[in-house]
Amino acid sequence: MNNKNLILNIENLVVHYETENGTVKAVNGIDLKLNKKRAIGLVGETGAGKTTTALAMLRLVPDPPGVIKSGVIELDGENILEKSIKELEKIRGKDISMIFQDPMTALNPVFTVGEQIAESIILHEKVSTAEANTRAKEMLEMVGIPGHRAKDYPHQFSGGMKQRVVIAIALACHTKLLIADEPTTALDVTIQAQVLELMNKLKEEYQTSLIMITHDLGIVAEVCDEVAVMYAGRIIEQGTLRDVFNKTKHPYTEGLFNSLPNVNNRKAKLQPIPGLMPDPTDLPVGCSFSPRCPYANDNCRENKPIPRWISDTHMVECSAYDDPTFHIARGEK
Amino acid sequence: MEKTNIVPETVLTASKLYKKRSQLADIWHNFKKNKGAVLGLIILGIIAVMAIVSGFVLDYDTQIVRQVVRERLQGPSLKHFFGTDQYGRDIFLRILYGARYSLTIGIVAVMVSLAIGGVFGIIAGYFGGVIENAIMRTCDIFSSIPSILLAICISTAFGASIFILMISVGVVSVPAFARVARASVMTVRDQEYIEAAYASGASRLRIMFSHILPNSLAPIMVQVTMRVGSAIITASSLSFLGLGIPAPAPEWGSMLAEGRSFIRDYSYMTMFPGLAIVITVLSINLIGDGLRDALDPKLKR
Repeated sequence: MNNKNLILNIENLVVHYETENGTVKAVNGIDLKLNKKRAIGLVGETGAGKTTTALAMLRLVPDPPGVIKSGVIELDGENILEKSIKELEKIRGKDISMIFQDPMTALNPVFTVGEQIAESIILHEKVSTAEANTRAKEMLEMVGIPGHRAKDYPHQFSGGMKQRVVIAIALACHTKLLIADEPTTALDVTIQAQVLELMNKLKEEYQTSLIMITHDLGIVAEVCDEVAVMYAGRIIEQGTLRDVFNKTKHPYTEGLFNSLPNVNNRKAKLQPIPGLMPDPTDLPVGCSFSPRCPYANDNCRENKPIPRWISDTHMVECSAYDDPTFHIARGEK
Repeated sequence: MEKTNIVPETVLTASKLYKKRSQLADIWHNFKKNKGAVLGLIILGIIAVMAIVSGFVLDYDTQIVRQVVRERLQGPSLKHFFGTDQYGRDIFLRILYGARYSLTIGIVAVMVSLAIGGVFGIIAGYFGGVIENAIMRTCDIFSSIPSILLAICISTAFGASIFILMISVGVVSVPAFARVARASVMTVRDQEYIEAAYASGASRLRIMFSHILPNSLAPIMVQVTMRVGSAIITASSLSFLGLGIPAPAPEWGSMLAEGRSFIRDYSYMTMFPGLAIVITVLSINLIGDGLRDALDPKLKR
């Protein structure tokens, strides 16, 4: 790998929540690499460990009960996990920013939006308050809100506009890596498209890399270059958009696609994945997906699968491919 | 044609009006709707003005504490609105002057307990865990001692003076402030915008005092106004017991105590200082009620 181009490198990240009622294994050994100016989609059901992974990148996993057990998280060549709190405060918001799920609650109700954008600038750059305010106004206009509204409070904005403000805060310091945690889940479908378009535009303009956490494969197809599918704290399939969408390998990914409505075949029934995610305090011995997997065999239930690289870019973690003739139903088409 | 003009204009002015109102004005707007609270504010305003003016107009030595034996124990009249006491001092003037004591003690005592209890409560709520347990259990111990007993202990230990009275009345309500501050910090602490503040690189101290504190201020503010009333009562009780401000000073509680032995024949001697306490505390509580309703976001619009 050429290291200069690498913005983010996660190796064997393990995050557990140690509660009185047992250890919740939220993230169990994740490897993830992201090049500069690329966008990766982190896809999975609720509870798959997507948000925990994102919080770990900012070292914001709530502690206690969260513990980062092991692993390496390198942001632009520097290991986040070895930083002191002071150093982290400099990195957060400057090199790595996060957009939260619900814009309704992600803004502080007692400050004007202008002050909140300016705060991020003042924290990281040596500028005067007046200059920060001017730049806050510019940022607002950048995301399509008139500059004079910088003096307004969050409750005077609609949901879509609040999310724009949140994006403006995240990008105010020309961040290198932007993590968007389900940025459109709380928004109307009509606003979703606008916000995604805006993020795409700003990503180009600011040349940031993007991690898009979502459960919506449509959003991934629209925004991302690469996809990583998470299940029970592991990345089970990873590759370029084309790899994962057109040459789907993992039975779980197949299940995700089958549970989407098909525009071309309106009479087809949706095929949801049967069952639920395994209890993260008590994961199965073998493959975590084996209890729900239509292809599972005894080997799957007893032994942990290992990552398997099908091409330079495409990884799948499924033991069924030990049998060279194995293929999933979707692949046939 | 007119129709098309009217609609956008009203919408425009409406949005302008809406925008122009700041948060403080918003609270004031809600406060005004509560008639009782406005009444309380007016009464308290009058009392405060009296307290301030009486200091300049009245002469302490000749009009407040000088004994005029030939005018002793006179009932209310045009010359002495509230009558005179057993030393011939004018009760009306003494009550006017006494407002200074009650109000300053009430306010300063609450500031003392706000400073101590508020800081401890914020720390307990923010850090949680062992620190929280240590602080809150200490508060529990303090609040298990009857408040008047605690105040008596402090003022007997350090002597009777106005300064000690303020401190002892203040210490009594420290646990209440710590509890309110902790509870409201805890609800704010887990909000997403606090997490967002961390994510944008704000330090812990900054988050504690410039993000969490302003958001948890409303219940603390209400507690402040409510507590001023009870602080005045505690201070008066202590003075009544002879542990507050030393004798000749016209503190309302000690005036009550002096009038106690004359209550059968000269009941006005106890009635007027008692009424003064009741009216002051009532108006403060009315304000507190109104403030609580005005600050409650659920009642907005």
